[in-house]
Amino acid sequence: MLNLAVPPPVATLVSRLPVAPPSLAFTVAANRLLWPALQTLDWQPLVGRRYAIRVKDLGLGVRFTVTPRGFSPTQGAPELTISATARDFLLLLGRREDPDTLFFSRRLVSEGDTELGLIVKNMLDALDPECVLARLPAPMASVARRLLASA
Amino acid sequence: MPLELVCPAGSLMALKAAIDNGADAVYMGFRDNTNARAFPGLNFDDAQAAEGLRYAHDRGRKVLLALNTYPQSDTWQRWTGAVDRAAKLGMDAVILADAGLMRYAVKHYPALRLHLSVQGSATSYEAVNFYREHFGVQRAVLPRVLSLPQVENVVKNTPVEIELFGFGGLCVMVEGRCLLSSYCTGESPNSAGVCSPAKSVQWKETSTGLESRLNGVLLDRYGKDEKAGYPTLCKGRFEVSGETYYALEEPTSLNTLDLLPEMLKMGIAAIKIEGRQRSPAYVTQVTRVWRAAIDAVKKNAESFVPAPGWMAELNKLSEGQSHTLGAYHRPWK
Repeated sequence: MLNLAVPPPVATLVSRLPVAPPSLAFTVAANRLLWPALQTLDWQPLVGRRYAIRVKDLGLGVRFTVTPRGFSPTQGAPELTISATARDFLLLLGRREDPDTLFFSRRLVSEGDTELGLIVKNMLDALDPECVLARLPAPMASVARRLLASA
Repeated sequence: MPLELVCPAGSLMALKAAIDNGADAVYMGFRDNTNARAFPGLNFDDAQAAEGLRYAHDRGRKVLLALNTYPQSDTWQRWTGAVDRAAKLGMDAVILADAGLMRYAVKHYPALRLHLSVQGSATSYEAVNFYREHFGVQRAVLPRVLSLPQVENVVKNTPVEIELFGFGGLCVMVEGRCLLSSYCTGESPNSAGVCSPAKSVQWKETSTGLESRLNGVLLDRYGKDEKAGYPTLCKGRFEVSGETYYALEEPTSLNTLDLLPEMLKMGIAAIKIEGRQRSPAYVTQVTRVWRAAIDAVKKNAESFVPAPGWMAELNKLSEGQSHTLGAYHRPWK
């Protein structure tokens, strides 16, 4: 007879896993890949605030906060939620579309604290995408470039 | 050289985008309310400004500093300090609105080139010449209230170079005199540097549409497929006598590509592109189109027709539903 019960050590482990795997995956990846290039930015006005990103067409959402050491998943109600399709996010990241343009045409939705949204937008605008790409491992940078160009 | 292309830079990345795509000059502001785009996280500190200047000058382009808000007596030193910093950094010109500040600049930095900001609201050649005689102003940006024949009348009667707005969001056009949003927010655009301080703006998706509010005052409610605009009081839809409509002005963008041959002919010195609050992507797209258009009109003004692709590209970037020639082209005076 098979024992279908989950062994106690595994159950304990599972119970300790976060309830929001996409947020965890996002923050782990962002800390590993992006934080080295981003950490010199002035994060002070953004630390401790709660953010959500929703990729509408993929039904994917992540919630996180920013600490002085990087991104961290959070469960609290977001103070700023940014929603768009995967393609539009790529167009924004690749500097091929302007966020105000997407906002006017209702493709980019920003909800919550407008001032916080503006600080995030202006900080990302001031960032040189090449500096971020240059810090990525070479194969990853090449994938990122292709992804941004394909949107 | 006529029709210099002057493009907006809210960040170093935007400045580089403008220069790389053919701007003859860029204009920027410092990171405080000494300029009329005082948004959080936007604009330049001294180190960034120095790097921007280096980038532009290495490529033979100019950098202008917008110092176009009105100093308040208790913080007067912030504005004079900004003039000091501009001179020290080696700005090619400062764009001023306040006469007191012009006096300060002339007295302390006689070699610093002065431009009269659109916020100075000089609409006649008498006013423009006054600024020249008293402060040596070398260029004036005309408010967007004049028709083209009225602009021509100014150009013919002043040695001051004239700069016109060519593209971008339109405002209620009482530049330098507008207090509208202060009734809602307690902050006047001409002293605080913004029409709608971000901290007072709320956006909310509701069952009836996307709502924008300024300090709780409903500005607009956009239906599902309607284009949204900036959350400013002047561009809101309000109920007047039982009817809801744009009671002050419709959110439209100015686009004067069609008028380039006339502008060239009458000797307009420079065309200004609005939008220091916009991203590098916008600056890239607009600068590229305007560079091509100005080059084309200079090559052959007689046969100049804006390429449909240019218009499509610019319309895509516009606030509101449509573009307009603004007051430049109007039958009434």
